[in-house]
Amino acid sequence: MTAKKEASIWRLVIVLTSIALIAGLALTGVYALTKDPIEKGQQEKKDKALQAVLPEYQGTVVDTVIVDADNEEIPVHLAIGENGELCGAGIETYTKKAFSGRFDLMVGFDAEGTIVNTEVLKANETPGLGDNINKNKSDFALQFNHQNPADFQLVVKKDGGDVDAITAATISSRAYCDAVQRAYDIFMKIKEDYHE
Amino acid sequence: MSNNCNNSKLSILTKGFFKENPTLILVLGCCPTLAVTTSVTNALGMGAATTFVLLMSNIIISALKNVIPDKVRIPSYIVIIATFVSMIDLLIQGFLPSLSASLGVFIPLIVVNCIVLGRAEAFANKNTVFDSMLDGLGMGIGFTIALTLIGGIREILGSGSFLGYQFIPSEYNMLIFVLAPGAFIVFGFVMAAVRYFVNKSEEKKKHKAA
Repeated sequence: MTAKKEASIWRLVIVLTSIALIAGLALTGVYALTKDPIEKGQQEKKDKALQAVLPEYQGTVVDTVIVDADNEEIPVHLAIGENGELCGAGIETYTKKAFSGRFDLMVGFDAEGTIVNTEVLKANETPGLGDNINKNKSDFALQFNHQNPADFQLVVKKDGGDVDAITAATISSRAYCDAVQRAYDIFMKIKEDYHE
Repeated sequence: MSNNCNNSKLSILTKGFFKENPTLILVLGCCPTLAVTTSVTNALGMGAATTFVLLMSNIIISALKNVIPDKVRIPSYIVIIATFVSMIDLLIQGFLPSLSASLGVFIPLIVVNCIVLGRAEAFANKNTVFDSMLDGLGMGIGFTIALTLIGGIREILGSGSFLGYQFIPSEYNMLIFVLAPGAFIVFGFVMAAVRYFVNKSEEKKKHKAA
């Protein structure tokens, strides 16, 4: 093979630009093709989580977003009854005290503020230890169901509260309580505002 | 003569499996190897995604090897590789949402996987489209074999399951194999074992020739 001739600067510009252009066009095509399935998938995931935390609810759901003190956007799904009363809510809460930094939960409350169910949306806790927050791994998350945080202290027993921590995963357990507490505080605020 | 030619084509494909396995012999692309091999499913998913990118980028780069000037070949390769990675990322998100949940962060990182750029530089820009296609496919399969071996061992020892099917109760699992240190340990042992068998078969061939 003979050595390639030294290419002029214009050739470099033209070749690189056209490669980038073709790449851009190809990506646009794939993006258009996958846009709908991706959105549908995310919506389905959210619906499934909402269905899990508010299983008995059949009426309309109003979606809003609350911005908390740390400037985090928290999506809230309010369940509204036939006469416009607040029947409960699914709140997409988070914690930053997790072992891996952060995880996201969905917590469902009924009208009194009793926890109906909790669901892990996105977590990256240590396999075998912290990931016991998932219901298919251990029963840890089930103890929150049907408890009202007004008389159920969302603090692990080690710290003087009512929650049984996961063995060898106290940090993840504390983080779970932190996330549920945040959801409860938001729900109570919404409830107050709603009555006015 | 034609038989000889077929043999060399076949060896381009198969050399990536073990003899020049990108992960276990050339030790490229260790980041995804260590990070995603917690289970066989993840390993297979990552292997398939990387194989697709390798195959497509090798084909395109070898087809364009006379068009792309030497001075801008690296940026051009990166653009081509990144395009295919973005495509596979979008496709997985759209059609295999559960796989994207477990591999999510690692798919975009295929762009900087040394194996892909390494094959572009070392093979695709010197060889024909067909040879590069075989090379990309072979290297991709080799990468998948390595990931699956490591992922299988880690899943069996660490989670007591295979392909998600649990057969050892979780009380007896060796947690360390799911965590990062276990990845290094298994990687080392698999690498040593594969090298041992490759060397042995090479010696046998030499022996026969002599």
